Amino acid sequence: MDLLRSIEVEQLRQDIPEFRSGDTVRVNVKVVEGAKERVQAYEGVVIKRRGSGINETFTVRRVTYGVGVERCFPVHMPRIQSIQVLRRGKVRRAKLFYLRNLSGKAARIKDRA
Amino acid sequence: MKKGILGTKIGMLQIFDETGRVVPVTVIQAGPCVVTQKKTADNDGYEAIQIGYAAAKESHMTKPLKGHFAKQGVPAMRHLKEFRLDDVSAYELGQEIKADVFEAGELVDVTAVSKGKGFQGSIKRNGYSRGPMAHGSKYHRKSGSLGAKGPARVFLGRKGPGRMGGNQVTVQGLKVVKIDTEKNLILVRGAVPGAKKSIITIRDSVKA
Repeated sequence: MDLLRSIEVEQLRQDIPEFRSGDTVRVNVKVVEGAKERVQAYEGVVIKRRGSGINETFTVRRVTYGVGVERCFPVHMPRIQSIQVLRRGKVRRAKLFYLRNLSGKAARIKDRA
Repeated sequence: MKKGILGTKIGMLQIFDETGRVVPVTVIQAGPCVVTQKKTADNDGYEAIQIGYAAAKESHMTKPLKGHFAKQGVPAMRHLKEFRLDDVSAYELGQEIKADVFEAGELVDVTAVSKGKGFQGSIKRNGYSRGPMAHGSKYHRKSGSLGAKGPARVFLGRKGPGRMGGNQVTVQGLKVVKIDTEKNLILVRGAVPGAKKSIITIRDSVKA
């Protein structure tokens, strides 16, 4: 088991900021278009964080043009250039799936002190 | 066959490749192995090397095995395996074989004894289809017909329920994702037969 862990640790990124469900983040993702590579920002509320080690992922939800979009990223993915925490939200759940049923004012999240 | 090595299955993991994609890998502790015997055309009628893996206690061995190691002048090994290589001239008695005989990107065949599944039905064991579960059907997970009425017997080799798993299984054409020469680890893409800690044979792929 320790051998597995030692391989895993090499892959883990140390530059990922601490964030949790309810936080608003901007994820800068490297996108390959043809031969070119550029950085695309994806901004939204973290509604889920699951797994541990190299398997850890998080889901960011945002509503664009009235359509809810959720994107799931592995936390330690090399394609992520950086993650910026824009707001820290105060929530009482680890998984914010209830946000899918809410919109507008009701879907607001209070700031954490 | 050009090369081969014995190892232990450590477990599975996922890693990111250079393009940032997630790759499922099996981690195998490969070697260090020792060449314990060289078979020659003069002496044995064919050319091969026998390699040993994992040091063993002398007290755990039979007299003939002790004699074999003493004659070859190599340390006692727990697992022995013979490889009929195309060219054995590169190997010498007592030479150590490590994970670095393979390199990343290479295709390998992996052989091991699969996990025992116990007594299983025909659906799991032979891939038969299930009958309907409802609407008064009383035919759920049975084997079905065992053959024609004419011969008045079941032909030998008819597939049916029985013991499953625990057989030697070879998976061909697995890609080596990464080699850790320091820790003697081989990371192979995909799954490999057998439980964790089971002994595994890695060879260069016949289809490469």
